[in-house]
Amino acid sequence: MWGILSQKLGAARGLSSQVVGNYVLRLRLAPSAMPMRHYSSATKEMTVRDALNSALDEEMAADPNVFVMGEEVGEYQGAYKITKGLLDKYGPERVVDTPITEAGFAGIGVGSAYHGLRPVIEFMTFNFSMQAIDHIINSAAKSNYMSAGQINVPIVFRGPNGPAAGVGAQHSQCYGAWYGSVPGLKVLVPYSSEDARGLLKAAIRDPDPVVFLENELLYGETFPISAEALDSSFCLPIGKAKIEREGKDITITAFSKMVGYALKAAEILEKEGINAEVINLRSIRPLDRATINASVRKTNRLVTVEEGFPQHGVGAEICATVVEDSFGYLDAPVERIAGADVPTPYAANLERMAFPQIEDIVRAAKRACYRSVPMAASA
Amino acid sequence: MAIWLAGRRGASYCVKALISTTFRSSRSYTTAFASNGNSDSLFFCGNSSSAAVFGSQRFESTKARQQLDLLSSDDDEEQNQGVDFPGGRVAFTSEMSFLPESSEKRVQCYRVLDDNGYPLSSTQFKHVSKELAVKMYRGMVTLQTMDTTLYEAQRQGRLSFYVTSYGEEAINLASAAALGFDDLILPQYREAGVLLWRGFTLQEFVNQCLGNKNDYGKGRQMPIHYGSNKHNYFTVSSPIATQLPQAVGVAYSLKMDKKDACVVTYFGDGSTSEGDFHASLNFAAVMEVPVVFICRNNGWAISTPITEQFRSDGIVVKGQAYGIRSIRVDGNDALAIYNAVGVAREMAIKEQRPILIEALTYRVGHHSTSDDSTKYRPVDEIEHWKTARNPVSIFRKWVQRKGWWSDEEESEFRANVRKQVMDAIQVGEKIEKPPLADMFSDVYEEVPSNLMEQERLVRDTVKRHPQDYPTNIPL
Repeated sequence: MWGILSQKLGAARGLSSQVVGNYVLRLRLAPSAMPMRHYSSATKEMTVRDALNSALDEEMAADPNVFVMGEEVGEYQGAYKITKGLLDKYGPERVVDTPITEAGFAGIGVGSAYHGLRPVIEFMTFNFSMQAIDHIINSAAKSNYMSAGQINVPIVFRGPNGPAAGVGAQHSQCYGAWYGSVPGLKVLVPYSSEDARGLLKAAIRDPDPVVFLENELLYGETFPISAEALDSSFCLPIGKAKIEREGKDITITAFSKMVGYALKAAEILEKEGINAEVINLRSIRPLDRATINASVRKTNRLVTVEEGFPQHGVGAEICATVVEDSFGYLDAPVERIAGADVPTPYAANLERMAFPQIEDIVRAAKRACYRSVPMAASA
Repeated sequence: MAIWLAGRRGASYCVKALISTTFRSSRSYTTAFASNGNSDSLFFCGNSSSAAVFGSQRFESTKARQQLDLLSSDDDEEQNQGVDFPGGRVAFTSEMSFLPESSEKRVQCYRVLDDNGYPLSSTQFKHVSKELAVKMYRGMVTLQTMDTTLYEAQRQGRLSFYVTSYGEEAINLASAAALGFDDLILPQYREAGVLLWRGFTLQEFVNQCLGNKNDYGKGRQMPIHYGSNKHNYFTVSSPIATQLPQAVGVAYSLKMDKKDACVVTYFGDGSTSEGDFHASLNFAAVMEVPVVFICRNNGWAISTPITEQFRSDGIVVKGQAYGIRSIRVDGNDALAIYNAVGVAREMAIKEQRPILIEALTYRVGHHSTSDDSTKYRPVDEIEHWKTARNPVSIFRKWVQRKGWWSDEEESEFRANVRKQVMDAIQVGEKIEKPPLADMFSDVYEEVPSNLMEQERLVRDTVKRHPQDYPTNIPL
């Protein structure tokens, strides 16, 4: 609504959109939305890698039933060093290096969960989880239901998901939509270090099977982290999205690495008078329909961003959700930004074309705001 | 490692077992059976190296270890010292010879009774009390009778589906009898007899098949997918062989508990083609967990005969490939099964290692009620196994000869069990189906808001359009 208002004002008065934006902004009663406002004033920083490592460490210290299993997690300190130091600290019975059999160790993990342990199973990438997907879905997700509560499976499957850089088609697929469609699973997608810590701890403590989709390129990124988040009892609720940046003109939903892109796109859009609200989903299943819909009812426009394939993707589900719950509030069709509908190419130029870039998000937001955008190759 | 049984007549004989190296220093030990027919117990004198030490195996693997004992020891031992490689030292040979795809002689099958129920003169087996033998026999008859009655019920349309265990009654009951109640069972789906032994009642079986309100599975699964925590019997899951790596995981958890218990998992010949089979055997050996793998090699995987399933000498030879001690047993011989499973269980627990048992048998019945096996195998073959090689009859002969059972008891018992099953069906059919709320619970530990909402919507719809919904579903 504000978006339309500012356009009308701008059009009528010939004011620059920037001025109009500010003018409209001052009329709002809600506190002004400044980016990066949501981190507390503590100044500590932490990489996502360290966040995951510390979360695992703390949960293993707190509960002797928690153990880690996967390829290279022990002696090698983890293929991406997420489990660094854990073998030395907890020993080989709690940090188990496995032979190369995803089906094997996923099944073994599920079995150990059947009998009271709390395994954290690492896939070197979720692309390899396909070799174990029967155990994730038919053994883990459905067991509690099929056994009528006699067998519950407090297991966490974690690992990098989606594209990295130059790893080709069989190492780049995003599995958010695949696992997100299965009842019985919970699917989490952390972005920042705080997300990583809070959601992993929540996942390990959760009695249901959780698929924890990380991102290889985010492992090395540093984020500010509050003292509260560093506390060993820190936990984030599963199924609640986070509004990373408040806005009033358009809602952009994203998860994992795309949250960073969406925030950068929002900064660019700000300069052009579009005040974007960026939602970090944090959880694909359960999807925080309430937060998404509340936001769309406020902004009336929606852009969904994901790296996965477009058909049957997370964005498609969000779009359906919004149409079901907030159709009357939409002022423009939902814009869905996703990866290209091709197996990921390797060549750097092609790979770049195959995934959403910041410009794509900016263009989509403008389209949703009925701005004319130059014709450009879209993702 | 395979135990080679050298059957010899005479008072005493011993068995020599050789192990090929894994990451440890070499060791060999002898396993001696106490002699004479009716002795009390089998015992092992093993002086294996230190009991499985947690954590040691990983750090040893990177060092080259000393020599290994070769299986064929009549080679030129003195002459060659061998050469070091990751995994240990191997003797080298200048002769290029390929190991044959199969050995000339198949692995022998351990058996106690012959087809007429007479103990083989040279066989060593553990004494079985009258009480135990009769309980086992009754269990076998109960299983057979329950199967017959419920199969007929399916044909009459009272059940949607059923799977019988004809021909495998000995495997079911005798293996269960050899286990402790604390041993955890991960079944495939042809092991209802194991659950029966543990005390699952006929009514409980029937309730699951009918999917009524008293079913422990809350009506969520197809018939024969039994599961009961209190009987330490994990819920049956349809995909083949998935229970195998799960069993290894359960055993891993059990190992940490240090209980006097093991995990026992059952599977058929067809399951051994699944990737899960190989992963779990391999893993179980590496992790050194107390799990007994019992393969019911019944010759058929629906219509696939074992000649099309694998080309190895059955499943027993696969154990050695993974570093697992294995044995082949006559699956139609209750006493052989009872003995082998008992010993396997002890080894698994005391030595914290996996054991593989291949029980040779025959699937007398169809794969399930959705199958007509006469379409792919000769009727006289089925008849032969149903009559001349019937495990229940064989054991009956032995039990009756001992004076522990009689023909009168037989007919009375059979009639009794049949009546009980029929009554259970009648009672079960009258019990209500599970309530609507059971559709939405247990998806997660706590019912999430979206499912609560869906349940509300369903109830609304049923209220508004009652004519579209069956009347026997409690709301």
